[in-house]
Amino acid sequence: MDKASMAEQTSGDAPEQDATIGTIRVLVAKLGLDGHDRGAKVVARILRDAGMEVVYTGLYKSPNEVVAAAVQEDVDVIGVSLLSGSHVPLFRELGRCLREEKADHIFVVAGGVIPEQDYAALWDSGVDAIVPQEARAELIVTTIRNLIAARGRV
Amino acid sequence: MNLFSETAIEDIREKQAAWEEKELAAALGSRPEEKPAYETECGIPLKRVYTAADIADIPADELGFPGAYPFTRGAYPTMYRGRPWTIRQVAGFGNPEATNQRYKYMIQTGQTGLSTDFDLPTLLGLDSDDPRAFGEVGRVGVAIDTVDDVDRLFDGIDLEKISVSLTINPSAWVVYAMYVAVAERRGYDLHKLAGTLQADPLKEYVAQKEWIYPVRPAVRLLRDLIMYSAKATPKINPISLSGYHLSDVGGNALQEIAFIMAFTIAYCEEVTGAGMDIDDFAPRLSFFFISHQDFFEQICKFRAARRVYAKIMAERFKARKPESMRLRVHVQTAAMSLTKVEHHNNLMRTAIQALGAVLGGCQSMHTNGLDEAFAIPTEEAMKLAIRTQQIIRDEINVTSVIDPLGGSYFIERLTRDMEIEIWKLLNEVDERGGAVKLVEEGWFQQKLADSAYATFQKIDAGEKISVGVNRYVDEASSSAEVHIHPYDEQCTQLQIDRLIAVRAGRDNARVRQLLKELAEQARSDEINLLPKTIEAVKAKATLGEICAALREVWGAYAEPMIV
Amino acid sequence: MTVPMPSRPVKRAAYRPSMELVPEILAGNVTAIARMITRAEAGYAEAAPALAEIYRHTGKAHIVGITGVPGAGKSTLVSSLIRAFASEGHKVGVVAVDPSSPFSGGAILGDRVRMSEAASSSQAFVRSMATRGHLGGLARSTLQAVDVLDAAGYSPIIIETVGVGQDEVEVVTAAHSTVVLSAPGLGDDIQAIKAGILEIADIHAVSKADKPEASATVSALRGMMTLGSERAGSSWTPPVLAVSAVSGERIGELRDAIARHWAHLRESGELAERRRGICRTRILGAAKHLFQRKFDERTGEIAEHIQAVVNRDMDPAGAARLLLGWANEGQAT
Repeated sequence: MDKASMAEQTSGDAPEQDATIGTIRVLVAKLGLDGHDRGAKVVARILRDAGMEVVYTGLYKSPNEVVAAAVQEDVDVIGVSLLSGSHVPLFRELGRCLREEKADHIFVVAGGVIPEQDYAALWDSGVDAIVPQEARAELIVTTIRNLIAARGRV
Repeated sequence: MNLFSETAIEDIREKQAAWEEKELAAALGSRPEEKPAYETECGIPLKRVYTAADIADIPADELGFPGAYPFTRGAYPTMYRGRPWTIRQVAGFGNPEATNQRYKYMIQTGQTGLSTDFDLPTLLGLDSDDPRAFGEVGRVGVAIDTVDDVDRLFDGIDLEKISVSLTINPSAWVVYAMYVAVAERRGYDLHKLAGTLQADPLKEYVAQKEWIYPVRPAVRLLRDLIMYSAKATPKINPISLSGYHLSDVGGNALQEIAFIMAFTIAYCEEVTGAGMDIDDFAPRLSFFFISHQDFFEQICKFRAARRVYAKIMAERFKARKPESMRLRVHVQTAAMSLTKVEHHNNLMRTAIQALGAVLGGCQSMHTNGLDEAFAIPTEEAMKLAIRTQQIIRDEINVTSVIDPLGGSYFIERLTRDMEIEIWKLLNEVDERGGAVKLVEEGWFQQKLADSAYATFQKIDAGEKISVGVNRYVDEASSSAEVHIHPYDEQCTQLQIDRLIAVRAGRDNARVRQLLKELAEQARSDEINLLPKTIEAVKAKATLGEICAALREVWGAYAEPMIV
Repeated sequence: MTVPMPSRPVKRAAYRPSMELVPEILAGNVTAIARMITRAEAGYAEAAPALAEIYRHTGKAHIVGITGVPGAGKSTLVSSLIRAFASEGHKVGVVAVDPSSPFSGGAILGDRVRMSEAASSSQAFVRSMATRGHLGGLARSTLQAVDVLDAAGYSPIIIETVGVGQDEVEVVTAAHSTVVLSAPGLGDDIQAIKAGILEIADIHAVSKADKPEASATVSALRGMMTLGSERAGSSWTPPVLAVSAVSGERIGELRDAIARHWAHLRESGELAERRRGICRTRILGAAKHLFQRKFDERTGEIAEHIQAVVNRDMDPAGAARLLLGWANEGQAT
């Protein structure tokens, strides 16, 4: 799938369930000291209701712990929601740990409160998508499905 | 005594029936109403019109008068006519000096009380040089590591003259100790210090999620703080029972009030269980509520909350002083209702929520900045927020009459209906074994997560409208060029340098000894930990060192798995 | 609304043949282990030969089942056990099973919340698995996950399941040792008898030992024990231990009890019998799975048989015998 058609797709059309994708596994993680878990828990339910398996890490995890979990659980996506403003250093560290563990085939999706001026830093750290604060359920699900369909099964 | 005579009510009922058959039927015939049913955000059904018949069952005594039991109509007899609510905007970021400057700016702009936000390491009992503090020092609030930092925070500010609210929870008792130490250093009369500590542990476990220790030790720390402060700093409110966060994490208005009252009951049982009389500390219990979108629901929420609290204090705890039964509340407008898209709309939302709190009755208020959904507010945003309160207070003449909506058929009915639902929830908590047990089991957390998901689904389905987001969406209006409050990269290094200097300059053997003694005291449930903590902060023990010492004794909290 | 993405192309990754992963698994490579478990769960035909090869390298690990009602504190206990075993030099594997949603097929797997720090140690591997619609007993893929960890050198391997009613009692058929965790104050002593859990336990643990009610539950369980509750065919007397994950109380003792049971199984010869039982269960499970797959695939032929039974040309038992005839055809997967 190319960028153009993916961009179209993420505007709201749900793709056909790709038979080769199978069950999607997502790690929903909270990094650092941010204690806001309302959004993460809502996303976990959304993904479960869309047929995905969600491993939830709980609060106050280090990038190291999150990557260890992602590798052991062989997830397709790590979703991190941050409202503390520390996203730049935390995603940078997460990206570094993923590369170190040779696990950068795993997609990283960011959510929460992330100002546009920080997007470039997140892209450099290996983040693959930034979900806007007011995104609808369908958009979140579609974004994940499209990323995995583009990458293919590992 | 009821408010209306039987014959008057009969008459109204007959006239309403006639109206329904005639004028109403005609109107419905030509155009049906937009929805089949109407209700408040928290699910209480709403009728199309209310009459005296709808409140005929409510005894007049349930209303009472302002400043008298059951306080439905207001905490004080003269309310805003005697003293307007305090404009208390919270601020905190970077090093103590940076926040100190912001305080001076806000006092100049018209703020009448101070309120402090702390950074995540401070909130969680970690020093700025702790590895877990990586990337977080001075970011969402001010960084405090030692008593000297508290001194810098309030440099040039006369704490005997201005009240200070400290938004701090698991490490509250340490920051209080530092505050007292600074006051003593400056030669203040401790009895003149006024302010509030948030310090409400149970709502942390279920909502704000700042924690260090397991539940019961945290409640014990609060008990010690309440009992110590009652004698040493009698004008400080040692706790701000926070419904705000219960709402923020997903709770509706009924859950906000019922759950915070359940926590209040648990704390009062803890303190009276330790031998203090209810009237010796209850007058200093203060509350913190949200002011949310459903305008009338929120106004009634405040009134219902005051009445429920008064009854709990009088009937359950047998308080005798009216001050023990009076609910005083600080309000913050609803940050979760603010949008990133078309963020100027947030000014209107905030103004309306602020008005609701004023009409509901509050003692102080923080209005959110229009950029609060995505940043620490800029000076500009804070100024507009302060102006919002000033306009409500000074331009629109809502402060001349106390509880102006009191007596409205609708308002009294809704207040009563909310009160009834709140009692039901409180009874359920009692039957299930009390708040502490249910917090440990994750019961509240599950209810709140369910509520949060239900709200999300309503917005997702378009049933709950968010202007600019799921209704009246303008693709052209992207999130504007928003000036984000800059993060001071040097902040961390400055704090670390200061920590190094403090540790080099103090009597380390004495600090170690004091911490050892504190840990010993913590093993017993009987000893109040405040005196030893004050000694420790004066000896320049750091926040992180003190909190870690007790973590050795009590262990760390592990959250239940609730999604 | 669009989701912002970087301008670089979306990453691609190649599917590595499963047989290539086998030597890496045997060498303990965590990524390879995790990848193979995923493929076993997904049931890829391509992975079948690799899984068969991996199976040849299993049989070293001590498989421990831990079950108990929700809220008993299993995850916290497992987290403490990971540390306790790791401190004695073991590499601990954990497979934590949680139910899938019957509506969406998805699942929220939360066991890691309580295990996160222990699980990130290099001496631990924790995998959360959803039941994926499998009812009654442990899914084939769960046991294949255990195989992979076994071949990779992990021991003990803990299978953590929710014990609710009869179904999850089946963990006993997959594990060498079964630990049943009860929580004080949940009325567990009564539930234990009802669910038949009493009979399956090799070790009873009572959680939250730091709470006063724990000793009552311990007494209740010990009382039941005197009614002759050894597992059939075993000379082992199940101990009852109160443990506290919070204070660390008795976790070491629980670890030691588990180790003692393993030693007992080997010395008494009971291990051979249990192994046979496990294999028997797995063969039967695999056969059922194969049959189910064919049944689901051959809808056309099935439809004919169904119509014959509807028409009373044949009875259901007769149709089943016919189908069993062709269940033997085709490759084993």
